[in-house]
Amino acid sequence: MKYALIPLLPFAAFLIIGLFGHWIRERAHWIAVPAVAGSFLLSLSTFNDIANGEPIRVTLYSWITSGAFDVNIGFYIDRLTVTMLLLVTIVSGLVHVYTIGYMHGEPGYARFFAYIALFTFSMLMLVMADNFLQLYVFWEAVGLCSYLLIGHWYDRKSACDAATKAFVVNRVGDFGFGLGIMLIFVTFGSLQYDQVFGHAALAEGLTINVLKPLGGEWLVGTLTVICLLLFTGAVGKSAQVPLHVWLPDAMEGPTPISALIHAATMVTAGVFMVARLSPLYNLAPAALDVVAVTGGATAVFAATIALTQNDIKRVVAYSTVSQLGYMMMACGLGAYTAGMYHLLTHGAFKALLFLGCGSVIIALHHEQDMRRMGGLKNKLPVTYWTMVIGSLALAGIPGFSGFFSKEEILAGAWAAGPLGKTLTVVGLVTAFMTAFYSFRLVFVAFWGESRVDPHHADHIHEPSWTMTMPLIILAILSIFAGYFGIPHFIEPVLQGPAGHDGTTAHDGPLLLKLVAIAMGIGGIVAAWVVYVKSPGLPDRLAEKWRQAYDYSFHKWYVDELYDRTIVKPTVDLANGLWRKVDVAVIDAMVNGVAAATVRWGRAMRLVQSGQVQHYALAMALGAVVILGMYLLFIP
Amino acid sequence: MATLSFFYFGSVIVLTAILVVALRNPVHSVIALLVMFFHIAGLFVTLHAEFLAAVQLIVYAGAILVLYLFVVMILNLQQDDSYQRQVKWGLGLGLIALAEVIAIISKVALPEEPASGKTAAGEAAETIAGNTETVGKALYTTYLFPFEVASLILLVAMIGAIIMAKKGIMGPEEK
Amino acid sequence: MVPLSYYMILSAIVFVTGVVGVLIRRNIIMLLLSIELMLNATNINFVAFSYYLDNIAGQVFVFFALTVAAAEVAVGLAIIIALYRVKATMNVEELNLMKW
Repeated sequence: MKYALIPLLPFAAFLIIGLFGHWIRERAHWIAVPAVAGSFLLSLSTFNDIANGEPIRVTLYSWITSGAFDVNIGFYIDRLTVTMLLLVTIVSGLVHVYTIGYMHGEPGYARFFAYIALFTFSMLMLVMADNFLQLYVFWEAVGLCSYLLIGHWYDRKSACDAATKAFVVNRVGDFGFGLGIMLIFVTFGSLQYDQVFGHAALAEGLTINVLKPLGGEWLVGTLTVICLLLFTGAVGKSAQVPLHVWLPDAMEGPTPISALIHAATMVTAGVFMVARLSPLYNLAPAALDVVAVTGGATAVFAATIALTQNDIKRVVAYSTVSQLGYMMMACGLGAYTAGMYHLLTHGAFKALLFLGCGSVIIALHHEQDMRRMGGLKNKLPVTYWTMVIGSLALAGIPGFSGFFSKEEILAGAWAAGPLGKTLTVVGLVTAFMTAFYSFRLVFVAFWGESRVDPHHADHIHEPSWTMTMPLIILAILSIFAGYFGIPHFIEPVLQGPAGHDGTTAHDGPLLLKLVAIAMGIGGIVAAWVVYVKSPGLPDRLAEKWRQAYDYSFHKWYVDELYDRTIVKPTVDLANGLWRKVDVAVIDAMVNGVAAATVRWGRAMRLVQSGQVQHYALAMALGAVVILGMYLLFIP
Repeated sequence: MATLSFFYFGSVIVLTAILVVALRNPVHSVIALLVMFFHIAGLFVTLHAEFLAAVQLIVYAGAILVLYLFVVMILNLQQDDSYQRQVKWGLGLGLIALAEVIAIISKVALPEEPASGKTAAGEAAETIAGNTETVGKALYTTYLFPFEVASLILLVAMIGAIIMAKKGIMGPEEK
Repeated sequence: MVPLSYYMILSAIVFVTGVVGVLIRRNIIMLLLSIELMLNATNINFVAFSYYLDNIAGQVFVFFALTVAAAEVAVGLAIIIALYRVKATMNVEELNLMKW
């Protein structure tokens, strides 16, 4: 029963604030924060239960029983789940507290709390799901919350567009996800995890003829198809290439949700899903390769874009995409434990970075362009130091949590065959770029001369304790999360594929570790050289490699490509259909009926001439016709 | 002899009927109608319906026609200018209707000769009873109720006519 | 004697003439006159049938038809007189208050 309370407390907060927000208004945090805190404490208690015992299975409610289709609402809580529970409740709780300061005085204060409470509920239910349909439903629910929260300031058109974009792009991925679930049901006859995982080995030999609708023949393993379809959902949700386009635009939403949803929790649902479904993925090596390559490509792709962005939140957003790629890559190479470990540490320091950005933005009165920052080191000390800690963790500097998780990934990748070795090199290049752009942010925003708008320059001050306390807590976690021994905790649950020898960072080659550290430090030094030591160098470099700079700055023109090939034809088709079918045919028919009635009425009206002899004529005509018919038809 | 009288009366009836409809002057039409009534009465006599012939003359020619003449002259009607616009329609329909009716009539099996009972015993009975007496007997026995109703109709018509024609009923007094 | 159908045809001719008269005359009184024509045609028909079928009912019916015709003429002419007082016209075409 207490396990049900974990998600239900935030849900109750959502209901209360949602229904009574009009009267609650600025006091909404008194309801939301205790609810999330309660969830956190219950999650700790659950951690205790799991750490010492068996996984927990709870069936709450028999939802659908329709012939052979049985779906329940239930929980399956094992070590993987409980670590996610802790991550979600901690970050959500800290974001709740941060929001008290960030959204202070805003008109949508209560609404915001209601939505993040709803999001917390959905995320917890997703993580604790014990069957695919529940996973899918709450997958969509977190997408919905993301939409609601990105568009929180709904009077801004850019925010509404960004919210729609996020939802639509997610739906593209979720379409594949839905198909995957249907295929699972067709193959296994059930949607429960334990049933599907238990029989997974039996389905290894099954194949599907993929080209059947086109009359061709290409047999692909059923499990491979299932895993690939499910992975498309992860591509959408976790912003992998090519469905990454929504995440940078999602920065239109308030910074707390960028931290909560687009750094620590929702986007990690994709990685979580791949890890949770590892029994299936382990039997579909082709799918795993696709996952790994997609992850690696995403990691390096997004890192290149982050190098040149000027909006402080965009840099962190692309950084998130890149790190998600890292996690996917790890999972795809069989190192699920490493991927999840990085997910957890990343959750801490990325949320920290986002919240730090939020602090800067608030201090500068909603200024987000880094070119108008600078010299904030002394004016925002807490923010500065916590952001430095977060950036160090992100760059993988030894001693910080990010170092440990990145080492796990690189070691696991190196041990995973030739593909793994290739992707390790990709990962190292990305590590260099990651360090570079994260410290570019630090140097440009906090060091140097102040380029702040003089109007605001005088009242720059550290925000209230509600905003700085979460920063400090996350900074502490960013440092010490590496020492908790998370991989050992999760590893028993996440077996790699057959043939993977479960290499951990301890067993990896020493040279690899040193190169990774060198990449990290090298990135920082390079950023220092470019942005601190030689002013004017960035512009000269940009000129020298103009084309590369343009590609990077314009996000490799992916959005423009999509716009031209997908969006514009769809909009044109819709317009065409509207004009040619809806207006010209359907409306014309309806209006035509009305017009015809009017015309007919006008004609018929003329029969009423008021003259008796006309009526008599009509009668005579009728009599003649009847007589004629009698003559013709009767005898 | 019988056929000759039928054709004479029949043709004059048709002729005067057409004249009634075709003549412009209302008084002329009424006169033509009068002639038609006389010949109808003659036709009735050939059909051994003497009572009806007499009634026809008294009521139709004597009362109704005179009433028409009265009204025509009181209202001092001008001559009709032309026929109604739907003359062609009317004539066309009339001819078609006539053709249809004749077609229908020719299909039906109708007696060629009057009922045989008439010629022998019927004639004998008639000379005893006479047309008037026969009609009277039927009226006052079998058809008594309709007879009384008919008198009521006449009463109502009389009252109605008086009220309608009274001055001041329709609108204000003499303009 | 002529066949009965001859009387029927005669009656039909007179009746149709009366109908045509109703349809084409402009004067209200001529309209009523044409109606008289129609009534007389039916009388001829009845009497002929009465003779040929040896049934006195035909003649009795003519009696009543005559009565009704007389009543109808009386009332109709009274209406016409009343109408003339209001509209001062005998032209049927001008009595079109029931026009749309």
